[in-house]
Amino acid sequence: MLEIFASLGLALELIGGADPTLLGIVVLSIELSLVAAVAGAAIGLPLGALIAVGRFPGRRSLIVLLNALLGLPSVVVGLVVYLLLSRAGPLGSLGILFTPAAIVVAQTLLVAPIVAALARQTAEDAWKDYEEQLTSLGVSRLRAVPTILWDARFSLLTVVLAGFGRAASEVGAVMIVGGNIDGVTRVMTTAIALETSKGDLPLALALGLVLIAVVLAVNAGAYAIREWSARHHG
Amino acid sequence: MAERAPATLHARDLTVVLGNVRALDGLDLTLEPGLRTVVLGANGAGKSVLLRTLHGLIRPSWGKVTWSRPTRQAMVFQRPVMLRRSALANITYALAVNGVPEPERTRRAAAALTRVGLAAIASRPARVLSGGEQQRLALARAWALEPDFLFLDEPTASLDPGATAEIERVIASIASEGTRIVMTTHNLGQARRLADEIVFIHAGRATERTAADRFFDQPASKEAGLFLQGELPWK
Repeated sequence: MLEIFASLGLALELIGGADPTLLGIVVLSIELSLVAAVAGAAIGLPLGALIAVGRFPGRRSLIVLLNALLGLPSVVVGLVVYLLLSRAGPLGSLGILFTPAAIVVAQTLLVAPIVAALARQTAEDAWKDYEEQLTSLGVSRLRAVPTILWDARFSLLTVVLAGFGRAASEVGAVMIVGGNIDGVTRVMTTAIALETSKGDLPLALALGLVLIAVVLAVNAGAYAIREWSARHHG
Repeated sequence: MAERAPATLHARDLTVVLGNVRALDGLDLTLEPGLRTVVLGANGAGKSVLLRTLHGLIRPSWGKVTWSRPTRQAMVFQRPVMLRRSALANITYALAVNGVPEPERTRRAAAALTRVGLAAIASRPARVLSGGEQQRLALARAWALEPDFLFLDEPTASLDPGATAEIERVIASIASEGTRIVMTTHNLGQARRLADEIVFIHAGRATERTAADRFFDQPASKEAGLFLQGELPWK
């Protein structure tokens, strides 16, 4: 018990003193997760809205598949990205395995289905309200996609932040394709795993606290934005 | 709009099956230019389905709707659907979709807002306007499209008397500029004030089409007579 408190004390010192190692890892994590969230949103938002509004054969199966991808095991994604990017793999010539770029690729593959599945639900609810009016105005289904994405922008921001949360808290895939290389691909989650196994509990604990704080702050921000939008935009 | 030749609408043997209900059952109807038509009938008679089918939102199971020439149409619903943007942007969006270029788009949208008395709140988010203001905005949006036919499905059903009077004034001005009005209502006073002719719907069929000044005293069909007795039992 005492050891935990001692570690917690040291962890708070690391955070309070803005320890450079800690800071480097935190900044890299947030940067990569942001890029992955933006890339995942760029793929997932239009895809989700298209499935919500579209009428095409296989739509139901696609929705089931998409919802199943919500539970995509990240280690498997890591393995697949590893195989694709390894020197013998089809994308090996890019030479990005064990670089931050590889982490972003794996995170994006994990974020995009989440964003697409949640955006599909949000867009479908909006389409129920809008379908008659938009059809009456002469809006085609394809033209309705950007309209609905823009109209649901505040709800969808929460969706994108959920994607960011997934990217930031991801361990397995990031470990496999990034390699947890000190100063290059070591992010909060992989550092926590490593430091815990090495027995450096203060650094692990400090990183854990920061990770929780980041996720909390992101969710608080999303909540505040929704409250504000409900008051000002209805 | 004024220089365009007036259009006539013909509906022949219009049948709409929803689930296992015949919402419209072989309905025949002709709507000639220049009149304001109010569609009356009991709940579930098929008024809303008729308007949506004429407007093209519902595809008839049998029969068809034909127009004497290509027409522009618009529809105003009981509950206005506003996009999450400003009042003005709700109208410019509709104009943009229909290929109206700038700067005419903004000019027409602003003019439509002025005509419904909403010029002062053009930049306010549409979703936070009152119910009456939103419905006037919906009318402005429809008006800006300069339709030949304007369908209105119980446009004042969820509004208070003051807002209702405003909406009726706007509908009358739209009609006076040559747009053909086809609306449903449960408000018989409103039907008297706005209608040139009444189409009465019963069980998915039009039982009569009568001049408004005659309908309320001498309905031609038995069904309409019973309906009026139910609605106006003191007569």
